[in-house]
Amino acid sequence: MLKQIEGSRAVAEAVALCRPEVICAYPISPQTHIVEALGEMVKEGALTDCEYINVESEFAAMSVAIGASAAGARSYTATASQGLLFMVEAVYNAAGLGLPIVMTVANRAIGAPINIWNDHSDSLSQRDCGWIQLFAETNQEALDLHIQAFKLAEELSMPVMVCMDGFILTHAYERVDMPTQAQVDAYLPPYEPRQVLDPNEPVSIGAMVGPEAFTEVRYLAHAKQMQALERIPQLAAEFGSVFARDSGGLLRTYLTEDAETIVIAMGSVLGTIKDTVDAMRLPENGGHSIGVLGITSYRPFPLAAVAAALKHCKRFVVLEKSLAVGIGGIVATDVRMAVTGMGLKGFTVVAGLGGRAITVKSLTALFEKATREALDPVTFLDLDWKAVNKQLEREKARRRSGPVAEALLRDVGVVGARNY
Amino acid sequence: MSFQPVKFYQTGTFTVGNRLLAPEERSVQASAKRFNSINSGHRACQGCGEALGARYAIDAAMEASDGQLVAANATGCLEVFSTPYPETSWQIPWIHSLFGNTAAVATGIAAAIKVKRKKGEQEHDVRVVAQGGDGGTTDIGFGCLSGMFERNDDVLYICYDNQGYMNTGVQRSSATPPAARTATTMAVGPEPGNVFGQGKFLPAIALAHDIPYVATATVADLRDLEAKVRRAMEIRGARYIHILVPCPLGWGTASQETIHMARLAKETGIFPVFEAEHGEIRSVLPIRRQQPVEEYLKPQKRYAHLFGKQPNVAVIARLQAMADRNIKRYGLLGQGER
Amino acid sequence: MDKPFAITLDPGSSLANRTGSWRTTRPVYVDRLPPCNATCPAGENIQGWLFHAESGDYENAWRSLTANNPLPAIMGRVCYHPCEGACNRQNIDAAVGINSVERFLGDEAIRRGWQFDAPAPSTGKRVLVVGAGPAGLSAAYHLRRLGHQVAIFEAAEQAGGMMRYGIPKYRLPRDVLDAEIRRLVDYGIELRLETKVSDLRQVMAEQGFDACFLGVGAHLAKRAYIPAGDANKVLDAVSVLHDMEEETAPMLGRRVVVYGGGNTAMDVARTAKRLGAEEAIIVYRRTRDKMPAHDFEVEEALQEGISIKWLSTIKEAGEADIMVEKMVLDENGLPQPTGEFERIEADSVVLALGQDADLSLLENVPGLVVDHGLIQVDAGMMTGHPGIFAGGDMAGSERTVTVAIGHGKKAARAIDAWLRGERYVAPPKHELATFERMNPWYYSDAPKTVRPVLDIIRRQSTFEEVLGGLDEHNALFEARRCMSCGNCFECDNCYGVCPDNAVIKLGPGKRFAFNYDYCKGCGMCAAECPCGAIKVVPEEN
Repeated sequence: MLKQIEGSRAVAEAVALCRPEVICAYPISPQTHIVEALGEMVKEGALTDCEYINVESEFAAMSVAIGASAAGARSYTATASQGLLFMVEAVYNAAGLGLPIVMTVANRAIGAPINIWNDHSDSLSQRDCGWIQLFAETNQEALDLHIQAFKLAEELSMPVMVCMDGFILTHAYERVDMPTQAQVDAYLPPYEPRQVLDPNEPVSIGAMVGPEAFTEVRYLAHAKQMQALERIPQLAAEFGSVFARDSGGLLRTYLTEDAETIVIAMGSVLGTIKDTVDAMRLPENGGHSIGVLGITSYRPFPLAAVAAALKHCKRFVVLEKSLAVGIGGIVATDVRMAVTGMGLKGFTVVAGLGGRAITVKSLTALFEKATREALDPVTFLDLDWKAVNKQLEREKARRRSGPVAEALLRDVGVVGARNY
Repeated sequence: MSFQPVKFYQTGTFTVGNRLLAPEERSVQASAKRFNSINSGHRACQGCGEALGARYAIDAAMEASDGQLVAANATGCLEVFSTPYPETSWQIPWIHSLFGNTAAVATGIAAAIKVKRKKGEQEHDVRVVAQGGDGGTTDIGFGCLSGMFERNDDVLYICYDNQGYMNTGVQRSSATPPAARTATTMAVGPEPGNVFGQGKFLPAIALAHDIPYVATATVADLRDLEAKVRRAMEIRGARYIHILVPCPLGWGTASQETIHMARLAKETGIFPVFEAEHGEIRSVLPIRRQQPVEEYLKPQKRYAHLFGKQPNVAVIARLQAMADRNIKRYGLLGQGER
Repeated sequence: MDKPFAITLDPGSSLANRTGSWRTTRPVYVDRLPPCNATCPAGENIQGWLFHAESGDYENAWRSLTANNPLPAIMGRVCYHPCEGACNRQNIDAAVGINSVERFLGDEAIRRGWQFDAPAPSTGKRVLVVGAGPAGLSAAYHLRRLGHQVAIFEAAEQAGGMMRYGIPKYRLPRDVLDAEIRRLVDYGIELRLETKVSDLRQVMAEQGFDACFLGVGAHLAKRAYIPAGDANKVLDAVSVLHDMEEETAPMLGRRVVVYGGGNTAMDVARTAKRLGAEEAIIVYRRTRDKMPAHDFEVEEALQEGISIKWLSTIKEAGEADIMVEKMVLDENGLPQPTGEFERIEADSVVLALGQDADLSLLENVPGLVVDHGLIQVDAGMMTGHPGIFAGGDMAGSERTVTVAIGHGKKAARAIDAWLRGERYVAPPKHELATFERMNPWYYSDAPKTVRPVLDIIRRQSTFEEVLGGLDEHNALFEARRCMSCGNCFECDNCYGVCPDNAVIKLGPGKRFAFNYDYCKGCGMCAAECPCGAIKVVPEEN
C-alpha cells in the first residue's frame, strides 16, 4: 500500500510486519523514531506477541538481543554512531555466536567532536565484526532490506546490519509502498534456530576456544559470508517475485555499460550522483561517458561483481562518506582490491563527513576533473582550505592552541553543515 | 523432668544430609539423584568455593523449577573453568556472552521465553538464572544489573563473590575488602593492601532497587542457601542472591579451608547473611558462636601483612569495627542458636 | 541440534577430563576408634550400638551391645561409665549419657523378652566356671556363645556375686539382676548354686571339664585391729551387705559408724540410713580428695544425710561409743597421728577396709603365681597353670563389675582358642578418634538429659532405685547426641561439599566411595567430616 511517511516510520512498519518477538530500544539520534514507532505499535496492541524492552544502554540493547535470539526469539534493535560503538563488544559477540539479529544503523558520524548528522563512519568502523552490512539507497529500499535481512540472517545464522543514512533517509517523508502482512509471511518463514537454549536439549553456548580451533571458527564465519554472496542476489530475486520490485542484491549499476568513468558510492548520495551523471551525459553538457555503481552489500564485499561492473571502464571514482584516518578511503580500499590487475585508474573522494551537503554543483566539478584524471589520489570534497591552514598555523605558533573543534567553529561561524 | 522434643538429629540441620531424616527434609545436595548441574571434570582449583556454590545454587534452582532452567553466565572463573572447548561441565542449557552483560542477556532470554509461552510454542514454565562473579556483577556488569533490577525482569541473578578478579590473577574489584592484598593493591607502602573508604556492598544496592527478593548466603550454610534459592524461585520478577565463595588461591588459604573460611566470615560478622523482600529485611541467619575478626583474618595470606612480629592492631581494629557495625545494623546476634 | 563448531558444546563432555591426575594427596575413608570404645573395660562397641539406638532400632542396638556384654540392664545401673569420662562430646557441652542409654536398652530387653543371638554350633568342649559373679557370668556367656558347654558352680544360695551381695538394692534392684541372670540360664548355661568348689583339680578331672575359668571374687573382709569391748559391735561391710539379702536385715542400731573411704563404705552407710539409723557416720583417715570412693557416691551419700569424719582413725570401740584419733597429712600425703582424741556415740562399727580373695580351692594347683593376694594372669587371662583362667576381683586391683565382665570376655576368647590348640591374638587397634580430628560445628546444640533422681525423703527411708532411667524419648535424644567419633554415620557432608562431585553415594547403610578419577585432593571432605572418618594421605605417585 502506498504511503507518504517518514523513513523511520516506514522501517518500523516493515520490521513490525516481520513479526519480531523481542525488540530492544535505546534512544539515539537519528534512529529514535524507529524504536518509538515500534514501541507505540506494541503498546497499543498493533504489534502482538512481541516483548518491547526499554534497555539502559546500547550495550544492554545488543546483549538483550543476544539472550533473546539464543533462546529462539526473532530479535531486533536499532542504533547509530556512539551507540554502535558502545555496543561493539556485544556486536562482535553476536556475530561470533552466530545469532541472527537484525539491527538498523541510522548512519551517523562518530565523535569527537560530537556530531549527530550523517556519514558512514559508524557502520564502516564495524566492517570486520562479522555482521552482514547492507546499504539502502532510498526509504523504499530501507524498508525492503529489513524484510530480506531477517530471512538472510536466519538462513545463515549470522546477524545483519541494515544501514540507512541518518536524517537524510530516516527523517525524510517519501512515498513508499508498504507490503501486506500476507506478502511478508509468504516471503519470511518463522525463525528456526540452528542452536537454542532449550531444557529439553541442553547445550553450552559460548565456550572458550583456544588456538587449536579458533582459526577454524573464524574461517567458518568467513565461509558463511561467501555463501551470502550467492544468497543475497537470490533473496533479492525472490523478493522481486513476491513484492514486484527491485530491491537489494549485491550492487546496482546505472549507465555503466559504455561508461569510461564510473562513480562508485553507497547510500542515499547515489540519488544526487545519478542526477549529476544524467546531466553530464547530455550533449550540451559535454556528453561525458560516465556511469554509477551503487554498492548495496558492503559486507560481504562483492569483489567479483564489482570487477565485472568495472570491466570496460578506464577509471573510477569512489565517493565515500567515510575516512580512514592515516591512509585515505575505506570503501576505496575495498574497491581497489576488487580491481587488482585490471589496470584502472582510481580516485578516492571523501565527502559529506558529519552531514556536510553534497551538491550537484560540487559533484559536477568533481566528476569533470575525474574524467580528465586531474584529481589527486585522495580528495576532500569542498574542504575549507582557509580554515584548515589557519588552524595549522595556529598550532605551529602556540603549544596551548586549544580544542580544534572550537577553534574551527569560531572561524567557520556555524556548527555543522549548511543546507542550501 | 523437662521434655526435649527430638529434633536434634545428632547433627541437626547443619550437615548436608542425615540418615535419620526423611528424604524430603534433607537438602537437595544430599540426594543421590541431584542434578549435578555442574559436573566433574571442570578445571576449578582444588577447594574452589565458586564451583561448590554454583552447584549448590543451580541444583536448588533446577529442583525448584522441575529442571526447566536456562542459565546465562558472565566471563570469569566459573565460565572459564566450566567450558574450555571441547569440554563443558554444564548439564543444563547455558550461555556465556560477555563479561559485563549477563544480566541483560538473561533479560533477553526471559523475554523470549515469555513470548514463546504467550504464543503457545513453549509448554514449560522455563525460568532464567544469571550468574557472575563479583567483578562481572558489581563492576563491569553494574549497569546491566541495575537495568534488569529497575525493569523488574523475571531473572534470578546470582553473584558468586570471592572478592576479586580471580580469574585474571587476583586483582582488586569493588567487592575487595579493605586491607586485603591483591595484585593491584599490593601489601607494600604505608597503606598495604586495599584502601579503606572504597568498595560497595551490592546486596545493599539491590535492596535500594526495591526488587522482590534480595538475599545473601555463604557456602558454609548449604541449607540456608538452598532455602533462599527455593524462595527466590517462588517469586517472579527481579531477584538477587549474593553468595560468599572463598577462593583458596586468591585469599591464600588452604584448599580444605574453604567452607571454614566462609563460616568464619559469617560468624565474625564480616559478612552478614540475610534475606529481604521489596527492600525490607525479613530475616537474618544469626551468628551462632561469635568470633573476633582475627580468627577470620589470620588463616588468609592476603591479610598476612597485618600479622607477624608487629601486628597492625589499628587496621585489625578497624576491620573489627566494620564487623561490629554489620552486627548492629543487621541484628546478626539474633535469638541465638538453632 | 546441529551445533555450530566449537562455540556450542554437548552437556557433560567435561567428564572426559579426569582431574584426578591433579592430586598430590588423596582422601580415604577410615574407621577410627572412638574413645568410648577404647575406654570401656568390657570392650563394648558403644558407638556401634548407639548407631542403632539412634534410629530407634533398639533390638539391633541391644544385640550389638550384648555381642560384648550380656548384662546391660545391670551395667546401666552400676557401671562407673569411664566411657562418659572419655566421651568427646564433653568438649562441646557434656558427655553423652551412654550409661543411661545402656540401661534403657537393658530394661527394654527385659520388658520385651529379647533373647541372645543363637550360639555357634557345639564344639563338644566343656568348660567349668567357678563363681557366678560378673566375671563368671560373662565368661560363661561368651563361652556358650562360642559353642562350648558351660557349667557355673556357685557357692552361695543365689547367683550374682558382688552384684547381689555387695551392691545395695537402691542401686541395683534385684528383679533386674534376676532377669538378666535368668536369661543366661535360658541361654543354655548350667548354673549350680550352693555348690562350693574346694579342690579344683579334683572337680575338673572327675567331671570332665576341658578348661576352667575362676571368678571367685574377693569377699573376705580385711580387718584392722580395734580393741572392742563387745566383739559383736564390730562388723565388716561385706557381711553386712551380704546379710541384706537375708530374710531379716542386720541390726545396726541407731548410730552407725562406718570405717573406711571406699565405695563399699558409702554403700554400707547409705544402707544403714535406710535401715533406720538416725545417724550414719563415715570415719576416714584422710581427706575427701584422697578418698577412693567415686565422687558421685560421696555426693549422694552426703545428700542423704550421711556425715563424714575426715582425718580420723578409730582407736577403740566402747559400749556405746568409739574413740577416734585426729590425723594430719604429712608432706607425702600420708596420715600421721596427732595425739588428739574424741569420743563419738556409736551403736555399731562397720569396717569397710578392703577385701581379699579366697584362694583355698587352688591349693593343689601347680604353676600358679599369687602376688599381693591377687592371682597372676597373662594377657589372655590364663594363670600359670595351662587351662586354668581367672578374672574379676581375684585377678585385678581395679575391682568393678565392668572390669570383671571384660575379664570374662577376654578369658572366654582365650579359652576358645586354647581349646583348639591356638592362641587368641587380638586384631590391631584402629587409630584413636580424638576430638582434634573432628569438626564439631555440625553437631546441634543438645544439652545432656538429666536422669530423674528420687527425692531425699524417699532415698533415706526406702530401697527404691535412687537414679531413675530415661523414657524412650529421652533415651533416643541422648543416643542421638553421640557424635559417632571416627565412624561414618552417613551425614552426606563429604558427598555435598566436594566441588568436583567426586564422592559417590552408595546407598543407605553402604556409606560412600571416592571417585578418584575426578578427586583433586583438596581435602574439603576431610575438613568438613563431622566425625573424623576421612583421612588425607599422600598420593603414592
